[in-house]
Formats: sequence, C-alpha cells, structure tokens
Amino acid sequence: MEPAVQLDRAAVKIGGRTIWSDATLAIDGQEFVAILGPNGAGKSTLLKALLGVVPLSAGMARVFGQSVRRGNDAVGYLPQRRRFDADLRIRAVDLVRMGVDGDHWGVPLPGARSRAIDKHVRETIELVGAERYSDRPIGELSGGEQQRVLIAQALVSGARMLMLDEPLDSLDLSNQQAISELIRRICREQGVTVLLVAHDVNPILPFIDRVVYVAGGHVLCGRPDEVIRTEILTKLYGAPVEVLRTSDGRIVVIGQSEAVSYHGDH
Amino acid sequence: MSWDFVVDVQLLLQFHFMQNALAAGTLVALLAGAAGYFVVLRGQSFIAHMLSQVGFPGAAAAVLVHTSPIVGLLAFCGIAAGGIGLAGPRLGAGSRAESAAVGSILAFSLGLGLLFFRLYAGSAQGIYNFLFGTILGITDRDVQLTFAVAAVALAALAFIARPLIFASIDPDVAEARGVPVRAVAIAFLLVLALSVAITVQIVGTLLIFSLLVAPSAVATQLTARPAVAIALSVGISLAVTWLGLAIAYFTDVPVGFVVTTLAFIPYLVLRVARAR
Repeated sequence: MEPAVQLDRAAVKIGGRTIWSDATLAIDGQEFVAILGPNGAGKSTLLKALLGVVPLSAGMARVFGQSVRRGNDAVGYLPQRRRFDADLRIRAVDLVRMGVDGDHWGVPLPGARSRAIDKHVRETIELVGAERYSDRPIGELSGGEQQRVLIAQALVSGARMLMLDEPLDSLDLSNQQAISELIRRICREQGVTVLLVAHDVNPILPFIDRVVYVAGGHVLCGRPDEVIRTEILTKLYGAPVEVLRTSDGRIVVIGQSEAVSYHGDH
Repeated sequence: MSWDFVVDVQLLLQFHFMQNALAAGTLVALLAGAAGYFVVLRGQSFIAHMLSQVGFPGAAAAVLVHTSPIVGLLAFCGIAAGGIGLAGPRLGAGSRAESAAVGSILAFSLGLGLLFFRLYAGSAQGIYNFLFGTILGITDRDVQLTFAVAAVALAALAFIARPLIFASIDPDVAEARGVPVRAVAIAFLLVLALSVAITVQIVGTLLIFSLLVAPSAVATQLTARPAVAIALSVGISLAVTWLGLAIAYFTDVPVGFVVTTLAFIPYLVLRVARAR
C-alpha cells in the first residue's frame, strides 16, 4: 500500500536559511503521528510543506501518493493560532461550512446541493460533539469548544488526513485529554491519518503510533520508544540531551539549550 | 410637507435633482451596506476612511479640470487602494512608523484638496459639500456612472464573497485550502475604493462611516449569520439614506447630519439594550 506521507531527501529553506534538510520518511495510513521537537526547529514548517504552502528547496513530498498541493480535499489543516477574537460574529456552523465551500467563487444557490452540504456539516459537527454550541458565534466559545469546531472544519471536506498544529496548546488539562481522545477516536473509527504537532508529548503519549522528531536541522521518524531515547536525541540535536521517565510514565527531555523542553507546563 | 405619504413622495420626486439624489443614494446604499459588512469583518474601517480622504483632492482636481467630481474620486481612490494593496502585508501591521506615515499622507491629501478648490476659485460651499455631503448637484451622468460602478462592484463582491470571508477570519486555513488570500484582499480593496468613491457623493468625505460602517456594525450585532447580516446591513443602509435624503429635503437640515444621526440611533439603542 502507498504510504500516506512520503518524504524523500526533502529540504526547506526560508529566507535563505535551511530549516531542515535530507528528510526521508514514510508514514502509513490511519496512523496517529506526533511531530515533536524544540521550538523553532521547523515542526510547523513540516506541516506547511506537506500542505504545499511552503515549497521544498530539494527532494520531494507526497501525500497519499500524489505531489503535495494546496486545496487538497483529502487533507484537513488546523493551524497554530491564538483564539478567535471574542467579538468575531460568525457562527461556529458557518466556520465549519467554510471547510466545504469557503474556497468557492460566487454566491451559493439554495437547492438540493446546498442542503446536502448543510446535512454533511451537521453530521461532522455531531461527530466532534459540538452540536450544542454550533449556532453560537465562534468568538463566544471556550478554547476547547473552538478546537472541536476547528477539527470539524478540517474534517468536513472529506479529509483522510488531519494536520494539527499544537491543537492542545492553551487548553487546560481536562480539555487536553478530551481533545486528544477525540482525535484518537477519529483516527481509529474514521480511518483518518493524524499528524499532530506538539511541544509536550505526554498528553498524547498513550495514543500515538509513531513519532516524527524535528531537531538540529534533521527529521527522524520511528516508534516513540525507538526515537525518544537519550542517545538518539543527543545525536539528533548534536548536543547532550537526556530523556527521563517519571514513575507515572511521563517523559521529560532535558536538553542543553533548553532547560526543559517537555514538561507539563500548563 | 403633509402627513399624507403619497403626497409627500410626490413632493419629494417633483424636482429632477431630487430624483437623481435618490437614485444615486439607493445605489450607494446597496453597495456601501454590502461592502460595509466586509469592512467590519476585516476591521478595515481605518482604510475606508483613508480612501475617502484621499478621494477629496481627487474630487477637487476633477472640479478644477471641469469634469464630474465622481471621476476624480474614482481615480484617486482606485490608485490609493492599488497602492495599499501592493504595499500589502506590511501595511495594517499597525507599526508606529506606518501609522505616522499614513497620518502624514492623509493630512497632505486634505491640504491638497483645499489647494485645488482654491485654484478653482470656487466657493467654500464646494469644499463643504465634499467634506459633509449634499443632496444637490448630482447630474444624470453621475447617476449613470454611479449605476455602472455599483453594478461592477456588487458583482465583484458577490464573486469573491465566500473566499473573502474565509480569508478574513481564517487566513492560514484559507490559504491551505487554495484561496488566493492576497489577491482576494487586493480585489476587496478595489471594491472598497469604488464603494467609497460613490458614497462620498452623498455623505461626503468625513461622514463616510455613516453608510459604510454604522449599518453593518448594527447588523453584525443583531445576527451572526453572514448572509442575514449582509442583507440587514443593506436594509439599514437603504432606510437611512432614503429617510435622510427626505428629511434633508423637507427641512433644510444638512443631509450629512441627518444621515449620520439616523445611522447612529440604531447603534446607540442596541448598545444601551445590550448594556442593560
């Protein structure tokens, strides 16, 4: 079977600076993949390269066997963001619908097609459990509620892959857990491949099949217990790094440049 | 004026200048109400105001060379919108240097307008009309031109509406979904320039917000559905314009004052109701 994501000797340059290079990896479909690494290493850039928003300077990138391109209905994207402004007066359901036809020109005509889209939007909102507040303005929703709505938006185009950039950031612990479980459920039940950028692996550690580690200009891919190890990460960072496991199974990475890069800092 | 509606409408329409003012006003209200929704959504009130001020010397220059002010308004607003669009992401970032630059340009452009009017040796009334609006002096050709501008701008707005809303509230996702975010933003600036140019005819440079911002500010407070909000905004804009022109005609109160007041009242009522 064709890998869901394939990179071959890929590199990205932004403003003349190489972010990472020589990235080669393959990710199978329907896996839950965490993209980890220190701040500024190029985790978000990796997603943007796979979305076709940031061009590769070398190598190639494929998603579901095809060259990456913008506007691919098979891929849903949730960028790293602050929250929506509290005074943004657009309903959550309108935001989700933009995932289907927000890129279409002209005015939508009422009719069977429009009703079918509405129905599909409502079903997707139910899937993420956001039906209770889907008619309220997005700006009035809590961080966890907004995140559910945005996951629905990313899924609604019929996406078979979700690219989520720090979706757990700025959520409290219980919401981090609830959103992680929702993403896992979508991955397992809908057969959706998930690429999730995180700076703390612990909330998703029980769920992930694979880790992509971005550090020191390199990209490394493997099972969590293969990659998150002292000797492997030290080599990747090119600097002494120590991986500690706490008694309750949490992972802490202590690096030289960043005192504590993974910590329950919420 | 009587309390008989039919008689009042007949009185209102008995003079040709008033027919023209109502025709142009209706077109202005349609476009300003619709474009205003996007101005409020994108938080671009400041750019709308800037365009209207740049339009002022345009109107004055047109008067100087004996053409219709609307021609100068269209040219100056269009060029300014193109310039802002090409300056692109650097503008609107809200840096101090930029706001200082924009402030200086605005002051200069009002001053330039003043000079042009003086060169024309026109009356102070001419300047006054372009700053605060008038119901007089809209010619048949102006109405035709306003119609053409409104038709083009409304068609363009309808065409880009969905990608524009998407790009306004969620630019990163819109870009990933294939929306040409930058091109859509520039297209909207040009639509905004057309809207401002024809709106200045009725309410003047300084009172542009009364039709371009106030109606949609009220509409978005009343509903969070984009289509309903746009329709409401257009409706309020039409009501404010028709009533404003009628009251100005029957009472001799300046149209700029009447329109701004009518646009402000629903906003005030809404804010007071919300605060309780």
